[in-house]
Amino acid sequence: MSRTHLHIALACASGLALGSASAAEPLAIAGATVHSLGEAGTLDRATVLIRDGKIAALGPKLAVSDDTHRIEGKGKVVTPGLFDALSDLGTEEVELVAGTVDSAAESAHLGAAFDITGAINPRSTLFPINRIEGVTRAMVAPSSPSAWLSTPDGSLFAGRGSIVHLAAARDVVLKPRAALFVTLGEHGADFAGGSRAGTLGQLREALEDAQAWAALPESQQAVANPGYAVRRPAREVLQQALSGDLPVVARVDRASDIQAVLDLGEAFGLRLIIAGGTEAWMLADALANASVPVILDPTANLPANFEQLGARADAAAILHRAGVLIAITQDGESHQSRNIRQLAGNAVAHGLDWDAALAAITVNPAKIYGLQHAQAGVMPGQRAHVVVWSGDPLELTTAAEAVIIEGRLQSMTSRQTLLRDRYLKTDDPWPPAYRQPSSP
Amino acid sequence: MLSRWLVAPLVTLLLAACGSSTDPQDTERTPFASTYQPLPSKTTLIENATVLTGTGERIDGGSVLLRDGRIADIGTRVSAPRDAVRIDAEGRWVTPGLIDAHSHLGVYPSPSVGPHFDGNEITGNNTAGVWAEHAVWPQDPGFDTALAGGVTSMLILPGSANLFGGRGVTLKNVPAVTYQAMKFPEAPHALKMACGENPKRVYGPGRQTPYTRMGNVYGYRSAWIEAEAYRQEWDDWLALGEEADPADKPQRDLKLETLAGVLRGDILVHNHCYRGDEMATMLEIADEFGYKITAFHHAVEAYKIADLLAEREVCAALWADWWGFKMEAFDGIRENIAMVDAPAKGCAIVHSDDEYGIQRLNQEAAKAMAAGNRAGLDIAPEQAIRWVTANPAKALGILDRTGTLEAGKMADVVIWSGDPFSVYTLADQVFIDGARVYDRHDPSRQPQRDFKLGILEVNS
Repeated sequence: MSRTHLHIALACASGLALGSASAAEPLAIAGATVHSLGEAGTLDRATVLIRDGKIAALGPKLAVSDDTHRIEGKGKVVTPGLFDALSDLGTEEVELVAGTVDSAAESAHLGAAFDITGAINPRSTLFPINRIEGVTRAMVAPSSPSAWLSTPDGSLFAGRGSIVHLAAARDVVLKPRAALFVTLGEHGADFAGGSRAGTLGQLREALEDAQAWAALPESQQAVANPGYAVRRPAREVLQQALSGDLPVVARVDRASDIQAVLDLGEAFGLRLIIAGGTEAWMLADALANASVPVILDPTANLPANFEQLGARADAAAILHRAGVLIAITQDGESHQSRNIRQLAGNAVAHGLDWDAALAAITVNPAKIYGLQHAQAGVMPGQRAHVVVWSGDPLELTTAAEAVIIEGRLQSMTSRQTLLRDRYLKTDDPWPPAYRQPSSP
Repeated sequence: MLSRWLVAPLVTLLLAACGSSTDPQDTERTPFASTYQPLPSKTTLIENATVLTGTGERIDGGSVLLRDGRIADIGTRVSAPRDAVRIDAEGRWVTPGLIDAHSHLGVYPSPSVGPHFDGNEITGNNTAGVWAEHAVWPQDPGFDTALAGGVTSMLILPGSANLFGGRGVTLKNVPAVTYQAMKFPEAPHALKMACGENPKRVYGPGRQTPYTRMGNVYGYRSAWIEAEAYRQEWDDWLALGEEADPADKPQRDLKLETLAGVLRGDILVHNHCYRGDEMATMLEIADEFGYKITAFHHAVEAYKIADLLAEREVCAALWADWWGFKMEAFDGIRENIAMVDAPAKGCAIVHSDDEYGIQRLNQEAAKAMAAGNRAGLDIAPEQAIRWVTANPAKALGILDRTGTLEAGKMADVVIWSGDPFSVYTLADQVFIDGARVYDRHDPSRQPQRDFKLGILEVNS
């Protein structure tokens, strides 16, 4: 089967698997407060029409046809779906069960050529558990092997990450190989002989090799040359980074390390993104001038190590005020991707504008990674990733009441809701194992 | 044997007077005693607040009077001396100081660098003789950020690598140069025990016991058998009183001293345990050797045995929503806390086990409350606040002195900028024994430990 045919077959199958209630019937959310995060701004008592996977219309008084599934929005709040800007969704089921963890390769062989896509499991329990709480998209990011006790084998190039949606479907990849991840700072030094200078040297050497290689006539590119610092597949990836097609996410915290990678990025014309960025606030103006976005955890306010001495609770607010595009998440905490709205709420408590905080967990990741059809929020023409909330989406007591992904209304059941229901029933003389959801 | 029965109460009295030493006659003063002194305070009247007392009550338009380090009065009509500092808390909420029943501040401090890994004595599966307090670094910046989150007391525990991890210590969250000056006066000692994966994971790969959960249980029971004998030996010798021959005095053993302290009821057992079936096993072991488990910690599956826990009056110290990071945490659900709290004698606690989570215990309680309410359990804020105040105080053995806003108790109080169950709310002021130890709007009341001092300020 050709690749194209396979995709069509999978798409059909995933639609069937969802059952009739959540098939791609037209949807209308009527009478809600809509934070479009787009040009329409915020609308009260508005209706959102969804058809063929996209937002079809948004406005105060829209006609809703009879074949449309209507969702009552009165008193509810509608936003774009949450977008986790740094996750390992689908590549890590149980952190301490090694066989379920595919987010890092303990091998320097592939380096930049490592592609996380093949490891993503859309049937991971993490998908529904996060989905029913409003997470509709995520960057699945590879990471460099951890250096808990000894220097790990691996590469400062963690590889390329892919953007997924969280619908119940066989193919969840929205944009494969959407960014290249590199690890700098303390951890990056582990892969370069123990010095940050070694890491920067390796990075520079690899980029220069890729540059020189790309400048060769095609006939000579194929000739093996053992003198290159990285293998040919990695050189091809780095060439995409050099041409600006592939953004480069640098995991880095210390201000001086951020400055070094900014200089490197400028020298090589990279499309840089800073992740972690604990001390990025110290370089807020430089980051804004270079249009380099920052993905950060606003609750990281402790000097967790010597590269995070400048950690502060209002870092997100400082960066936003300086004009830096920010996204909010906790790197690699994907069991709790659902809690990115709590992180955003905490950023608001420490000075970030509410709208900016909501953008940092919805549309900004799409902007940062260049994901089309997602950057403009709940606006006509955009892919329909929409959540209906019981109230303020950043509040702790608010819940997602309806979740729409790729235009489809999602089931609100997860393994956790089934466990809850099983053990909430106490009047049943039979053991809990007999309490199962009815078969599909 | 008669003399032993007669002497037993005397021994208990001596032990109570001397903290946890089993050797009162040899010890002129209790080692490592608390030197805590309340910081200077002024008589303070907090007025017009929404007060959650921690006893299950809510008082709208309430006032709380703090005098001489104590809660002097509370209610809707409270009179205060003319010279009292008056705080108009209109629109704001007041709760007891928050208490974290599970913290590693000081023993796993920030920065989290190798030389600071002081929370697990991973040299044997039973290290009941080590004390977390001897590793507490009072300069951990995490104490300051926890204070800004309204935390006034906390139990610092050893980690869970070992079956018996060692003793925990209850601290008041005041800045000090020694841990003794933070030590909660007369708080009972804690013993950290651990079930499940962690001891197995640490010792099994080296072919040391425990390799399996069978080995875990074998390890606990063997230790308690030894502790029973040790206790008996000491009781017999102490029972001789003045007739005792000093030459016959038993040899002290710090490990067994801790375990004997548990068997005597002086030291409270805090048991790291995730799975419902394993908690039931641990309760059996407690019965077999006649001790009580005060609280299970982490207990991701507590909801599966909520009735059993309530019936046995064992608290469960829990996260609001952590799950899946290891196999025994795979069945975590958001309703765990609410379901443990639901039975009549249920005792749910929101704990942190984390230097970031401890800054937001109120937020974690809010999520648990909301999940419970969506499941139909009907939990009001005045009930949920108990998960981070009265219930942890009970588990730490300090409920008679703090954990609720009742006249006569320590004036450990938080004034919140609003509803403490909102993500936007911050602690405005924190009082410990009536002293204003933190004030969000007053830089002179924002302590900063030594570590961060002079790094950023002098280099920018």
